[in-house]
Amino acid sequence: MGDFDYSVIWDNLPFLWQGLQLSLWLTFLAIIGGIVLGTGLALMRLSGFLPLSLFAATYVNLIRSVPLILVIFWFYFLVPLAIGRPIGGFYSALIAFVMFEAAYYSEIIRAGIQSVRQGQVHAGQATGMNYWQVQRYIVLPQAFRNMIPILVTQGIILFQDTSLVFVVSLRDFMTVSSIVARTEGRLVEMYIFAAIVYFIICFAGSMFVRRLQKGPTA
Amino acid sequence: MNYNWNWSVLWADPYLGWLISGVQWTFAVALAAWVIAFALGILIGVGRTLPSKPISFICTCYVELFRNVPLLVQMFIWYFAVPEIMPEDVGRWMKRDMPNPEYVTAVVALGLYTASRVAEQVRSGIQAVGSGLTSAAYANGLSTAQTYRYVLLPISFRLIVPPMTSEFLTIFKNSSLALTIGLLELTAQSQQIAEFTFQGFEAFTAATVIYVVIALFATMIAQTLERFTKIPGFVGKG
Amino acid sequence: MIQIDQISKWYGDFQVLNNCTTKVDRGEVVVVCGPSGSGKSTLIKCVNGLEPVQQGTIRVEDTEVTAKRTNLTKLRSRIGMVFQHFELYPHMSVRANLCLAQEKVLGRSSDEANARAEALIKRVGLSEHIEKFPGQLSGGQQQRVAISRALAMDPIAMLFDEPTSALDPEMINEVLDVMVELAQEGMTMMVVTHEMGFARKVADRVVFMDAGAIVEDRPTEQFFGEPESDRAKDFLSKILNH
Repeated sequence: MGDFDYSVIWDNLPFLWQGLQLSLWLTFLAIIGGIVLGTGLALMRLSGFLPLSLFAATYVNLIRSVPLILVIFWFYFLVPLAIGRPIGGFYSALIAFVMFEAAYYSEIIRAGIQSVRQGQVHAGQATGMNYWQVQRYIVLPQAFRNMIPILVTQGIILFQDTSLVFVVSLRDFMTVSSIVARTEGRLVEMYIFAAIVYFIICFAGSMFVRRLQKGPTA
Repeated sequence: MNYNWNWSVLWADPYLGWLISGVQWTFAVALAAWVIAFALGILIGVGRTLPSKPISFICTCYVELFRNVPLLVQMFIWYFAVPEIMPEDVGRWMKRDMPNPEYVTAVVALGLYTASRVAEQVRSGIQAVGSGLTSAAYANGLSTAQTYRYVLLPISFRLIVPPMTSEFLTIFKNSSLALTIGLLELTAQSQQIAEFTFQGFEAFTAATVIYVVIALFATMIAQTLERFTKIPGFVGKG
Repeated sequence: MIQIDQISKWYGDFQVLNNCTTKVDRGEVVVVCGPSGSGKSTLIKCVNGLEPVQQGTIRVEDTEVTAKRTNLTKLRSRIGMVFQHFELYPHMSVRANLCLAQEKVLGRSSDEANARAEALIKRVGLSEHIEKFPGQLSGGQQQRVAISRALAMDPIAMLFDEPTSALDPEMINEVLDVMVELAQEGMTMMVVTHEMGFARKVADRVVFMDAGAIVEDRPTEQFFGEPESDRAKDFLSKILNH
């Protein structure tokens, strides 16, 4: 690895840090939005009310059939048009991510909800609770506790997915690394550095998930 | 919302040609990458479950490395960084004389990345077969290799047909990342059409519809495969 | 034929087998019994090397199972084993289950293997099911097929790990009948089981284990007639009160 100059990383650290912050912030907001919307979609699908469940199923299957890049392009194009004026890249990207990840989260949550025993639902209904009460007080709390490891794993995937905002030049960690790489002519150093940073964060995340899966009894 | 609808732009020259070319490149990347991913993924997945500690360690490292780095970063490293790291002649060949560098890079990057995912499916399939059956095979006098060949792999393959078809579809979706290194596959072409004609809605709808059709085909293939490989009476732990 | 000498085994810090010594002579039927967790299943899995041991030696005829260089695969082709959960290969028919190891391990021709398979299946009365898949058979039928699969290798000894524990009560006898017949023909058998009726009928000796150690190792009549240890007496009174 002869004449590679790694000082380029050090020199651009503030800029890179800004990019990383954007990546993390985008991930965080998208996880929250994705889980909230995903839960709504899951409940719609399981509600037994045909128009709702059909809508949710169509939405989820449609989103899961197309690449994320296309969804990003869609929302970059659609959001300003729908609102009537140009909007910051960050918000278009955030909406795109929330809409995209919600489909994946809804599948996880749906499986989690279905894993709660029917007996629990019956117990709630026997005391006179309606559908939404049963979900809110009995099913969802149990479902979420079981699902936390998988939800976190999906969050790690989401973090990796945020690198795709590169295609709309939003200045996340990936885009910033790329800018530095090109302007300083240090492609090898920057991209390997980017890979290392992503690896450390994602690997640490998956170690955390493994700890979670061992449960409170470990 | 001010928008001029014009669906005919999709059938007009040269845009229709662009779309078709995009679809062709998408298939070309996805299918070639799948061959690599499938072959390599099986090897690594089996390797992870072998009793030999060095082999399973190497395979685990491969999976963790390729899983924890975003595909986009991997693609850039293959396209921009690897030619620089290679010895001079190889690097020069990669940058100048290699035919279709964007295509080759995309296939290699996507193939190796997906291989790590396939490896995980294969591994969990083998582990789902259960230690009881493995013990029974060994007790029957089968060697390790024979146990894998006649018992573990046949059963685990049947168990992982659903997640594998999901990986197959994912590789089609991930082929869109090739546009970042300049390969004009389907998503890139739809973006081009949108920029040239200002008919973004039509362009992106076309791409969406095509991806949905691909997904439907993949699901149909999956269901047919599942029916053919069903083991009578066996529910499995998967 | 089978010699177990001062075997000790640990899972991490937990000791599962504590200085166990016993033997099974040619033609003998030895029943191993004891409460849950006594290590009896572990002990029998050590005999054909499915579980390694940290201390002690095990010999089968002239092969030392515990020696590092032993070809365990070859040894296992000479000993048959039947498992609690049958463990038939679910993706193969009954016929294929019996023929697989015959052809691939013993190198028998397809005709030879099939002939042996058909004869053995006939003996256990399941000829009309020979083309079926395990998932289509009842538990008792599956276990009888499993016994045939082990016999197809013409073993010098048979190991049984709780063969009837996973069966519904009405199917236990059909499996035990096969095992009794096998014993009466002179097969060397080591059987881990709770079925004391079977033990009384065909076992030459009973080995009683508790907490990883062999507490009693005596001829059948003596064991049932006057058990020496309190633990054995306690165990028998619980089991025989069914």
